Amino acid sequence: MIHQYKLNGYNIIVDVYSGSIHVVDDVAYDVINLYQNRSKDEIIQNILSKYKTDKTVTKDSILELMDDIETLKKNNQLFTEDTFSDMATQYKQNSNVIKALCLHVAHTCNLNCEYCFASQGKYHGERALMSEDVGKRAIDFLIEHSGQRHNLEVDFFGGEPLMNLDVVKKIVSYARSLEKKYDKHFRFTLTTNGVNLNDDVIDYLNQEMDNVVLSLDGRKEVHDSTRKTITGKGSYDIVVPKFLNFVKKRGDKSYYMRGTFTHNNVDFTNDIFHMADLGFRELSMEPVVCSQDEPYALNDKDLPKLKEQYEILAKEMLKREKQGRGFTFYHYMLDLKNGPCIYKRLSGCGSGTEYMAVTPWGELYPCHQFVGDKKYSLGNIYDGIKNKELVEKFKNSNIYTRPKCQDCWAKLYCSGGCFANAYHATGDINGVYDYGCELFKKRIECAIMMQVAKNQN
Amino acid sequence: MKRIQTLNTRTLVNQNLCTAGCGECQTSCQSACKTSCGVANQKCEHIN
Repeated sequence: MIHQYKLNGYNIIVDVYSGSIHVVDDVAYDVINLYQNRSKDEIIQNILSKYKTDKTVTKDSILELMDDIETLKKNNQLFTEDTFSDMATQYKQNSNVIKALCLHVAHTCNLNCEYCFASQGKYHGERALMSEDVGKRAIDFLIEHSGQRHNLEVDFFGGEPLMNLDVVKKIVSYARSLEKKYDKHFRFTLTTNGVNLNDDVIDYLNQEMDNVVLSLDGRKEVHDSTRKTITGKGSYDIVVPKFLNFVKKRGDKSYYMRGTFTHNNVDFTNDIFHMADLGFRELSMEPVVCSQDEPYALNDKDLPKLKEQYEILAKEMLKREKQGRGFTFYHYMLDLKNGPCIYKRLSGCGSGTEYMAVTPWGELYPCHQFVGDKKYSLGNIYDGIKNKELVEKFKNSNIYTRPKCQDCWAKLYCSGGCFANAYHATGDINGVYDYGCELFKKRIECAIMMQVAKNQN
Repeated sequence: MKRIQTLNTRTLVNQNLCTAGCGECQTSCQSACKTSCGVANQKCEHIN
């Protein structure tokens, strides 16, 4: 399977099952488009007719091009066959390792954001803070189930995790104390709204957190319209100075300035550019996750505008990079030479299998987006996995078990997408969240185009 | 090739468990997104 598209002046061919990417001229673009459904003679006639004013396009030159296409085919770089269907289920079935936990250390929040999928941190339940004992037991549970994996990940999430920082510190300290004994390396991340950041907190996060995700929605009026304090005021003026201080002290360590866009700021690239203009360099911006009944939900009319925005973003990023003021965008980061292996691409996000969320009470869910939905409770960190049938369902779900993914060129980039999005959109983790797919495909097209553009320079 | 330029990419073909599938890379949702999924932007962290 191939995917071919034109963007920003480039003709791009993606060979789905090898991951190869080709930049071609107009003639090759047309020949490749016809190659699998027409005879050689038909293609030659078609191309000679279309390019009759172009003297470089002769029968011999087309035959030479066809030889090149055959060479690429032989080298598994074009029209590569799908040989992965059996590997997908087999790989996930053979793995019983848990390597990442999302610890919900605080089911409470000091902001009251309108669009919060976690219902202002409460996840539709009671407000609660994780205790030190639950946190430590979660670390033990992770080590016990991690097999030979060396790198283990723990994400401190909420609600607002800085509302329970003392426990975060104790959990980190406990995990560090076990690294040598069990030959493990913990990588910690924390997601914060920034309200509780101060110099001491920042120094601690910079010392212990491999990555910190900072929530900012961009322009002041956009941010303030949804990310409000408990008293209903906008939080932009509270958090932006703190974020600037954080990033200044962060040095070379990773962080993400992460925003959410809604129907109310479909022109979200202006929010990304605002963040970049403030001096933030590692940026992420995600579509809102909410019921279609909400007034800020993205709708079908927004879709073409959003796709256009992604193109604007990619072109502006290339321009700014040339000017020496570039920034990164999470979804445009593609490492073509050292990217994920085929097993990673087949196995997906790992939720419900190698990645789970832990509530303040120690209950296990497939991921943070399922927390509070009792049907998706997997068990707890004391008694282990109780709902083995559900874990099996996650294990058996991959791009080959989703009928809609079969003909999709982007499936080895998204790996089947987000289980929670699929579930919330269709009622089934094996469903497909079409709206998200449309955005994802556009983002990958843009990301690949940016790689092509950089390669051309 | 005159009309085709191929970028240098990691091929997905004929990878095996000796060189792939070690599972040491970051869980995709643990990074920045938290509300969508993609593996394309993840780095390989293969340990020999």
